Amino acid sequence: MPEAHTVTSYDDDLRFLTRRLSEMGGIAERMVADAVAALVNADTGSAQRVISEDLLLDNGEREIYDKAVLVIAKRQPMASDLREIIGSIRIASDLERVGDLGKNIAKRVIAVHTMAQPRKLVRGLEHLAELALTQLKEVLDAFATRSPDLANSIRERDEEIDAIYTSLFRELLTYMMEDPRNITACTHLLFCAKNIERIGDHATNIAETVYYVATGEQLAAERPKDDDTATMVAPAPGSD
Amino acid sequence: MSEAATEKAVDAAIEESAIKMRGTDVSVFYGEKQALFDVNLDVRKNSVTALIGPSGCGKSTFLRCLNRMNDTIDICRVNGEVTLDGENIYAPMIDVVELRARVGMVFQKPNPFPKSIYENIVYGPRIHGQVSTRAEMDEVVERSLIKAGLFNEVKDRLQEPGTGLSGGQQQRLCIARAIAVSPEVILMDEPCSALDPIATAKVEELIDELRVNYTIVIVTHSMQQAARVSQRTAMFHLGYLVEEGDTDKMFTNPDNKLTQDYITGRFG
Repeated sequence: MPEAHTVTSYDDDLRFLTRRLSEMGGIAERMVADAVAALVNADTGSAQRVISEDLLLDNGEREIYDKAVLVIAKRQPMASDLREIIGSIRIASDLERVGDLGKNIAKRVIAVHTMAQPRKLVRGLEHLAELALTQLKEVLDAFATRSPDLANSIRERDEEIDAIYTSLFRELLTYMMEDPRNITACTHLLFCAKNIERIGDHATNIAETVYYVATGEQLAAERPKDDDTATMVAPAPGSD
Repeated sequence: MSEAATEKAVDAAIEESAIKMRGTDVSVFYGEKQALFDVNLDVRKNSVTALIGPSGCGKSTFLRCLNRMNDTIDICRVNGEVTLDGENIYAPMIDVVELRARVGMVFQKPNPFPKSIYENIVYGPRIHGQVSTRAEMDEVVERSLIKAGLFNEVKDRLQEPGTGLSGGQQQRLCIARAIAVSPEVILMDEPCSALDPIATAKVEELIDELRVNYTIVIVTHSMQQAARVSQRTAMFHLGYLVEEGDTDKMFTNPDNKLTQDYITGRFG
């Protein structure tokens, strides 16, 4: 953060936002990691814990909104301070959404745990989650250091997640066609994969926000896209 | 001339014609002390230019160069050039009284003459020989008060003293008085610093409306006011022009660290 304000309590306000966001970031990271672990291990107890933790992020987001509105009203922030505060609001929303997605994965653990979990299916998901979690961790570092370069490189890497998600999508479709008994589990896993891919998107959003907060400039709107699943179809049975 | 060169020349001419006043290497001395250092600043036509900076930065000094108000201070000396529509206002043949009719001024504290509202307004046009008959005077009073957004509030008491109005009304009376002589440029030196928020809002609304017909330069200590009313902002510090640019950019992402520190409240 740049040098101190003449009014020191202004710095306290901004520090509050930063600290609260880091806490939210930590919780979001943990929730996603635990939810995926619970899925892999069919651990419903752990999944239950993830579900209950979501409340922390909801409260965090609300607290940040309240504080940000109050600071704007009280201080009429300008330039980098204003960007910082608006950035905090946006990042809080993204982190809250990450928490929701983690929670949704955890809910599916409970839904699918009764079924025999095809190990090989879960493995692909684990890899996807690792990538998304790395993105999330690094974007939180980029925020902590206000590093536009790091933020930019994170955004570039989202392409990788999209590509893996696309191949996972294809794989799950194949399993469903192989054996209709896989359909329930695979559908849930597909949603889990989608959730993880969305977590990567939120990390990208945060990266864009960090870049803006740090530089006052927006990154170009177009970024690499490698998610083709929106147009993908399974061949009709017996068509080949 | 090639087509591209012609186009460039036309663009330059258009840009040039958008400039109402231009300060070139303006330096100001009060006795031995230099208050402004080689300031180069353009004032664009039909726009509001805000001058900001901490106390003693030279913003008011620069403002006062634009209608030679500094002439009234004996020990003050101005170097460099200030032009109005391309003409140097410090040239020897310039009639300062006529200049100040073209470049009017509104001060920090409302300073109506101790006369009636009506007299406050007709005084200027009369001494400049712009009005002589009663009908002309009535017309200029009504027109100026309407433009200053004050007419409806005072139309039934035009013969009452201007000093009997509220602070905000007095300031708008002073603006009406400045407009009465049909100036081209209006200089405002912290016009709202003695006003309450409601009166301030009325004056800001007025500034926005006046911009259509006039060029306005405003000195203000309120960052928010500068951000609200101006299209261009110039930041001064210790007698130097630090940064000048689009107001929207200056208050969201200024280039200069001094500007950044000043507008975010991290100064000194």
